[in-house]
Parts: sequence; C-alpha cells; structure tokens
Amino acid sequence: MQTVDLQETGLRALNKMLHAQSETTNQTAWEILNPKGAHAIACGLNAPIEVTVKGSTGYYCAGMNQHATVNIHGSAGPGTAENMMSGTVVIEGDASQYAGATGHGGLLVIKGNASSRCGISMKGIDIVVHGNIGHMSAFMAQSGNLVVCGDAGDALGDSCYEARLFVRGTVKSLGADCERKKMRPEHLEILQDLLTRAGSDAKPEEFTRYGSARNLYTFDVDNASAY
Amino acid sequence: MNQHDPKNIPQTTPRQSATFSPDVNSEIRRAAATGIYDIRGGGAKRSLPSFDDLLFMGASISRYPLEGYREKCETSVTIGGLHAENPIHLDIPITIAGMSFGALSGPAKEALGRGATAAGTSTTTGDGGMTSEERGHSKTLVYQYLPSRYGMNPDDLRRADAIEIVVGQGAKPGGGGMLLGQKISDRVAEMRNLPKGIDQRSACRHPDWTGPDDLEIKILELREITGWKVPIYVKIAGARPYYDVTLAVKAGADAVVLDGMQGGTAATQDVFIEHVGQPTLAVIRPAVQALQDLGMHRKVQLILSGGIRSGADVAKAMALGADAVAIGTAALIALGDNDPKYEAEYNAMGTTAGAYDDWHEGRDPAGITTQDPELSARFDPIEGGRRLKNYLKVMTLEAQTIARACGKNHLHNLEPEDLVALTMEAAAMAQIPLAGTDWYPGKPNTSY
Repeated sequence: MQTVDLQETGLRALNKMLHAQSETTNQTAWEILNPKGAHAIACGLNAPIEVTVKGSTGYYCAGMNQHATVNIHGSAGPGTAENMMSGTVVIEGDASQYAGATGHGGLLVIKGNASSRCGISMKGIDIVVHGNIGHMSAFMAQSGNLVVCGDAGDALGDSCYEARLFVRGTVKSLGADCERKKMRPEHLEILQDLLTRAGSDAKPEEFTRYGSARNLYTFDVDNASAY
Repeated sequence: MNQHDPKNIPQTTPRQSATFSPDVNSEIRRAAATGIYDIRGGGAKRSLPSFDDLLFMGASISRYPLEGYREKCETSVTIGGLHAENPIHLDIPITIAGMSFGALSGPAKEALGRGATAAGTSTTTGDGGMTSEERGHSKTLVYQYLPSRYGMNPDDLRRADAIEIVVGQGAKPGGGGMLLGQKISDRVAEMRNLPKGIDQRSACRHPDWTGPDDLEIKILELREITGWKVPIYVKIAGARPYYDVTLAVKAGADAVVLDGMQGGTAATQDVFIEHVGQPTLAVIRPAVQALQDLGMHRKVQLILSGGIRSGADVAKAMALGADAVAIGTAALIALGDNDPKYEAEYNAMGTTAGAYDDWHEGRDPAGITTQDPELSARFDPIEGGRRLKNYLKVMTLEAQTIARACGKNHLHNLEPEDLVALTMEAAAMAQIPLAGTDWYPGKPNTSY
C-alpha cells in the first residue's frame, strides 16, 4: 500500500506518481490522506490500480478515469468521474452536481445522494445511485445506464437519446421527450447485474424504466414547444 | 391630349422596398411554407465594418521601410509559454480554426492537416473528436474541448499539442450546434455515441462547469491530466470581449481565441448568424485592452478569427494587437468549396457558386462538407493540402509585404499607429484615427 498525504505531497506530485503507473505496475494499492476537498485528485488515471481517498474531494476527482478503481471515503464535489472511460469509482457519501457527466464507460457508484445533472450527456457509463438524484439528471444522456434506488428530481432524462434510466422511487417530473418504458427481461438482467456490482440489495422488479420517446430525434416544427 | 387618360400618365419605376427586399420576402415565403427556421452554414453575410475599412499608411520620412525580399521580416509565433511545458512554435501566425469531422469529410480534414503542416502552422479538431487522419497529417494539432464532448477521450487529449476549451463561437455566441441526420454516417455516429441518421444536438454550455471560477478548476483538471505539458486555449465568441478575455486569463488560459461574427459554423439558424455577436473589427481592441490591463498582452496570446481572408487582414489584426489569426471559411474556399466549376450542380440545388451554404445537408459537390462517400471521393486531400499551403504562403507573403512597407522586421511589430480608418464606424470600433485626422469617435481628451 502506497500512502500519500496530499497536504504534504501536493496535487501535482500525487497525480504524477499515479500517472507513472503502468499496466503491469506492482504498486496497485494507493491511499490518499487529507484530501480536504482538493480538486482534480486522481484524474486522468490510466492503469489498473486502486486508489482510496480518505476524506471528501473537490471538483473532478477521478475525471476521465481509465482502468483504475477510485474509492472516495467521503463526499465528492462537482463533476466526479466526468468523462470516465472505464474502471470503477465509488463514492461512499454524497455527490455534487454533474457526477459522471459525459462518461463513456466504467461504473460510478454513489452510496449517498447525487445532486442535479447526474449523468448529464452520459455516453456509455453505468451509474448507480443508492439514494436520490437531483433535477435535470441524465439531460441529453446518449447511452449507458442510470440506476436510482431512491427518488429522482424534476425533468429526468430531458432530451435524452438511448440511455436507459431506472428509478425505484418517485420521479418528480420527466423532461422533454422522456417517457416511462416497459421493463423487459433483458432490462431486469442488466439491472440485477448493476445492482449486484454496486452492492445494492434492491430488487430489479421494484424499478421503473424510463427512456427516450424518440420524438425529438429529427427536427419537426410540430414539436417546437418541446425545444 | 387627355391628361386623365391612364395611357398618358407617366409610369413610375417599380420600386422594391428596402425593408421588404426580395431576400426578405423569399425568407418569409420559405418560413410560411415550412414552419422551420432557416439553418445554414458559414458566417454573417451582411455587410459589416471590417478590416477593409482600415488602411496602412506605409513608410515615408518619419518611418523608413525595409527592403522587400532583402531585409528579413519574421513571421513566427510562440503560443502557450505562460504555463505549458511545451508551448507551440509556429512558422506563421495563421492557424486553421476548429472544424469537425462530421461537418467536414475525412479527406477534407486530412487536407487541412497536410496544408497547415506544409505551411508550418497548426490545425484544429472540432465537435466530433479527433480522427487518425488529421492527427497523422497534422504536425501541430489543437484538440477542441467542447460542450458536447463528442468523441472526447483522454488518449486523444494526451496526444494533442494543445487543448482549446470552446466556450463560444462567433457565428453563434450562446448557441449550440446541430448536425443533421443526413450527415451522420456510421463512422460519425460511432465517434459520437449516437444512433446513425438522427439529428445530433450540441449543447451550448459545458455539462460540468459554469462560470469563470469553475473554468479555472476545469483548466486545472485538464492540465493535471496532460501533466502541464500542453497549452490550454480558451475560445470565446465576440460577445463581451473585454470581460470574457479578462475572465479567461483569470481562469488560467495560455491563449485566447476570439471569434467575431463573420466566423463560420457548420450549421445553425440564419437568424443567429446574422443577428447575434459583434463584428471581428469591433472585438479586438477591447480584448487587447483587457490583456494590457492585466499585464498579459503578448504573454497570453490572442488569436483572432472571423472573416480573415488575406495577408492584409492578417497584418491589420496583428497591428491591432493580435498575436495570430485563425481561418476557417477561407481555408475551405482554398480547398475548393464554392468553386464555380461546380456551378451546374449548385444551380440544380437552387443556389450558385459563392452562395452555397447548406453545408448541413451534406450534398456539397466539392466533396468537402459532406459524409457522402461518392461526393467525398471527388476531393483529393493531397491536392487540397497543396492548395491550402499555397494560400497560406500567399497570405504570409502579403502580410510581410505590408509589414516591410511599414518598416517592421516582424509581423508582431505592426502597431495601431500604422493604420488609418476609412469610415467613422471603423474608426470608432478599431480606435484608429479617421484618415486625414488624428481623431476617432470616443477618443479621450479630445476637443472634437
């Protein structure tokens, strides 16, 4: 286990050490102490290492993550795991705005609640939120899965494309062109797999699926009021 | 003669309304027939105060010129030395602006890379990610970081020579984009993670930050991911240049790209292009003033774009304080866009060479703004690259000619005092004296 005190080492030196790890590194376990809400911790990782941040993080922790596992033992600031490509990011506490924004792959698990715009413009990432999510989540979501074990705020899935949205609790309102969908067996299968990987004991049958009505896919003046 | 006989009354010439001109009326009829606003490519077509309204005075007794073709006039520029470990060194201060694969064909992007590289300058990706063709053929490639994040990935980020965070675009300040379904080929769809054939909307705001304080943190993240090696540009539309440049510099930008309303787009609403934003001529002085007020002029580079067409435009932009310029529409024309040799095909689409701007429809007979395999195949990227290189060389020679005539041994030594304005508007916008006077509107401490 490599232990780094962020306050002593500094952000640049920490990220440089993490970026220096290759696919075959034997320094696979890292612990970061005293994050104290710093921004851009462990962003741009590109190796199969496991990084545990002991405390809360600022903006863009684990941004653009590839291959690595990042555990945040605290709450996370805006844009955590933004544009993640692969790997896993687990937030033990709550997540601020734009968690998992534009993510292309990998798994983001939020054990607490997520704020607004969770999964905005997601492009293949899987996100599992154990608690509730805020308004405008999955806005323009393109692909991937967003699983919400609690409730969703206003305008869920506004202008979304092919992303699958699963909510166990209530949805305050659906966004433009987002509709309730039938849960088919393949969806239950996807959901069960994600819940298991995210450490949730919720049952897939308790969820409702939402997705794009596909009415805004091609511009039509009759839909102008939706824009 | 019966003066009341209608046959004997002189007829007036039929008079078209200046307000309801044939152009305006045709748009009203089009709107009434379709119910959809007009979408097109390109920049503002209206007549605007421009660099054409400025002249260089040249040298005489008070200034002496340099010998043309004998005494050196440098053209190189370094961009991004403030924070980046590896700033960009360009032989000429004319760069190629961001244009997407998707809006342009793969061979067209390749040609931009070839031409820019041969001329010793950079080219730029666009909304749709980085293609292997353009990376391979561009010695210096700037990777755009856009709100849509289509195709954005850290591998491409790390193989870019600079990163350009796009906040705005001159053709549509405050607007996003739209790539219509006709241009969404399999490859474009795959790069953008969207189904083939549907309209692809590009957001107008970044999904994970808002405001200058967030931008500072976003720049920090991008620098951390790329090890502080490459410069980070911030591209803004010519909206509120003094404040926007100030905020971009405060956020940590190495360079600011400032795009006036003549700057083109692949596709947006005509009403947006023609009615939102400011002319390129009007935005440069406030931007330079912002840099000077911060003590950052020439430290944070200013790259001006929007309607740059010639070496004269380059020289004027640099005299007003820009470090470099970027060209988009002019580069496409150099490649062969809107070439009269395709006149019959333009006519068949109801337009004419020079006016063709339905780039979003993907039917470009020149094979440049299309994803149609047959049309794309018409375009030869090697020949296109050669034409672009030639054009860039000519622009550079023209700018050098003017600079030497003004007694300058580097394009960067051109200065506002080399210029006069032909119109009151240009004098006011560029803060350059009206020709024959020492006055411009708004000049402080003036008795006029």
